[in-house]
Amino acid sequence: MYTYDTYDQKMVDERVVQYRDQTERFLAGKIPADEFQQLRLRNGLYVQRLAPMLRIAVPYGMLTANQVRKVAHITRHFDKGYAHFTTRQNIQLNWPLLEEVPDILEELATVQMHAIQTSGSCIRNVTTDQYAGSAQDEIEDPRPWAELLRQWSTFHPEFNWLPRKFKIAVTGAREDRAAIQVHDIGIRIVEQDGEIGLQILAGGGLGRTPVIGSVIKEFLPKKHLLSYVEAVLRVYNRYGRRDNKYKARIKILVRAMTPAVFAEKTDIEWASLKDGPSTLSQEDIARAEACFTLPDYETLPDEVPSDGLIAGETAFKAWLTHNVQPHKVPGYAIVNFAIKSTGVAPGDVTDAQLEHIAEFAEKYSFSELRVTHEQNITLADVRQKDLFPLWQALVNAQLASPNLGLLTDVICCPGGDFCSLANAKSIPVAEAIQRRFDDLDYLHDLGEFHVNISGCMNACGHHHVGNIGILGVDKKGAEFYQVSVGGSADSSAALAQILGPSFAREHVPDVIETIVNLYVDERSEEETFLDTFRRIGIQKFKDAVYPSNG
Amino acid sequence: MARIIKNDEIIESNLAVASGDDIDISQDNQLLPLTVYLAYREALAGRNDYGVWLDSDEEVELLDGKIDCNVIGLNFPAFNDGRAYSSADILRRKLGYEGEIRAIGDVRRDQLEQMIRCGFDAFDLAPGQNLEEAIASLQGFSENYQTTTDKPEPLFKRR
Repeated sequence: MYTYDTYDQKMVDERVVQYRDQTERFLAGKIPADEFQQLRLRNGLYVQRLAPMLRIAVPYGMLTANQVRKVAHITRHFDKGYAHFTTRQNIQLNWPLLEEVPDILEELATVQMHAIQTSGSCIRNVTTDQYAGSAQDEIEDPRPWAELLRQWSTFHPEFNWLPRKFKIAVTGAREDRAAIQVHDIGIRIVEQDGEIGLQILAGGGLGRTPVIGSVIKEFLPKKHLLSYVEAVLRVYNRYGRRDNKYKARIKILVRAMTPAVFAEKTDIEWASLKDGPSTLSQEDIARAEACFTLPDYETLPDEVPSDGLIAGETAFKAWLTHNVQPHKVPGYAIVNFAIKSTGVAPGDVTDAQLEHIAEFAEKYSFSELRVTHEQNITLADVRQKDLFPLWQALVNAQLASPNLGLLTDVICCPGGDFCSLANAKSIPVAEAIQRRFDDLDYLHDLGEFHVNISGCMNACGHHHVGNIGILGVDKKGAEFYQVSVGGSADSSAALAQILGPSFAREHVPDVIETIVNLYVDERSEEETFLDTFRRIGIQKFKDAVYPSNG
Repeated sequence: MARIIKNDEIIESNLAVASGDDIDISQDNQLLPLTVYLAYREALAGRNDYGVWLDSDEEVELLDGKIDCNVIGLNFPAFNDGRAYSSADILRRKLGYEGEIRAIGDVRRDQLEQMIRCGFDAFDLAPGQNLEEAIASLQGFSENYQTTTDKPEPLFKRR
């Protein structure tokens, strides 16, 4: 895990002082509201429907037990005793007071945390694979690159006032768990002729106009990462549209120029930056890599945790199947737990659960944990022999729900309950679906199934890449929901296709059930929902959901 | 005479931003629009009482090899239009320009430290901004990660 040195700490501390001064000047009437809005957004503070919302950065999703305890403390003292894990691998507080935000930031800074650039038209939190460093299918650990990019993008003076927000994701594994194809820049560690380098994608994104990113550099030698990314950002900063915020993301620019021309333009800018001071030497790369040392693994035999199975725990068996992944080190496993229980907004955790999570990380996973873009938690280094006791502890903390990757593991934005941008509520829709599909055996039989819900076109719930995507829309003041099918966020990324006219909220669970039933009827053995969808096409789903049109 | 900030001090500048269709280049002490400057460059030869300014959508590369003055203004049509930051950096590091780069237009206090790091060294602030107080914001963070015009060596080389 990356630990701050005196430089990092100083910058975060100075940012608290700077932001406190800005807040005080705003409250004294010395900064106009429109300007302060931009300043506070660059520090993660939104003003929402009911209260401000503070988004706390979790660089590439990694947290220590100590940091989680601090967040729990903050939710108790400055909020209402719970926090929300987002699809950006960040943490949000839904009820902070604007006047108290500088104090919250000061608390966060004591555990090497902050809210820098978690909102606003600037470079946002860099995200990566939640299994980084532990995955069996990893070419190289992506985190040193994510950290180099974090440093490079933090307070980058040239790119603090971009046309729109900018998101970068990095993956080092063969399976893409970081959804790099739907980011403004996606970076994949690749191997070519025995050399490890970087493949660069640009112009992917969700939101109103979902686009899969295009490869603009097939193989970039690692040492050029920062100067090349700087060139991409410079082209975007100069030529991205600023006249219409809905056309301001880099995906629109890449599409308008064509990916080939965009790549050319980037190369022209890059020519003056390449081999400049941003070039990484072998030593620089080694130093970044050394910040992510492996935990102190024991030499253990690979074993199936038989104790729990002997005890006849079928729920434990289900949890093993769905929540536990193989680890690259013998005797270890990767454990995921969904923060999604019926009746609780997906991604919401109470302060008590946060304390438990910190304790589990400490006891079972070298005091570290990761937040995933599916709004779940990963303990990446658990001894196989600890799986059963960990599961029992998770059951007691109501965190052992074995629905990871299943239909009820819904990805969902805060929606109209909290967000002032939303057209419609999203949390009650998630809850209604979870209530409809409450038979765990049936859910397991359905297998891998991703449902994503966004309360508006901004697509924070990533509905475009859900196997089933649900989008809240406003119809003459009433909340309606548009349903699409066939999306995917993994290596075979695809955008979901809209089924047809939208539905009232109470009908959504019926529609989902109709889609699921068609899948069950049509699937051949071993086919996932996505396989079946790709084989039979959208028309059959349309006919099933809108029978009168047939 | 406009009060501007330059080299951490408030000074008087006699350069006025010229815009519109009827610019008289024979007048002294003007910041001329880029198109006017490029059109009348020969007529202006030998004079040192003028500068040139660019709007945020104008490419500074058009000045490559053609800089005869020592003040270049970069306009911020709105405080959140960030294009001039790239323009300033390109002027300094790609075109090697060493004269004054003056921020003009909607220039606000809390962005000055970012401007300095991209190569701006003079600031004609937006109406209503308090220059005396703005001086306090010139000093940004004591350390920075990136390579910039004011500190070319990135932090990862200094650690």
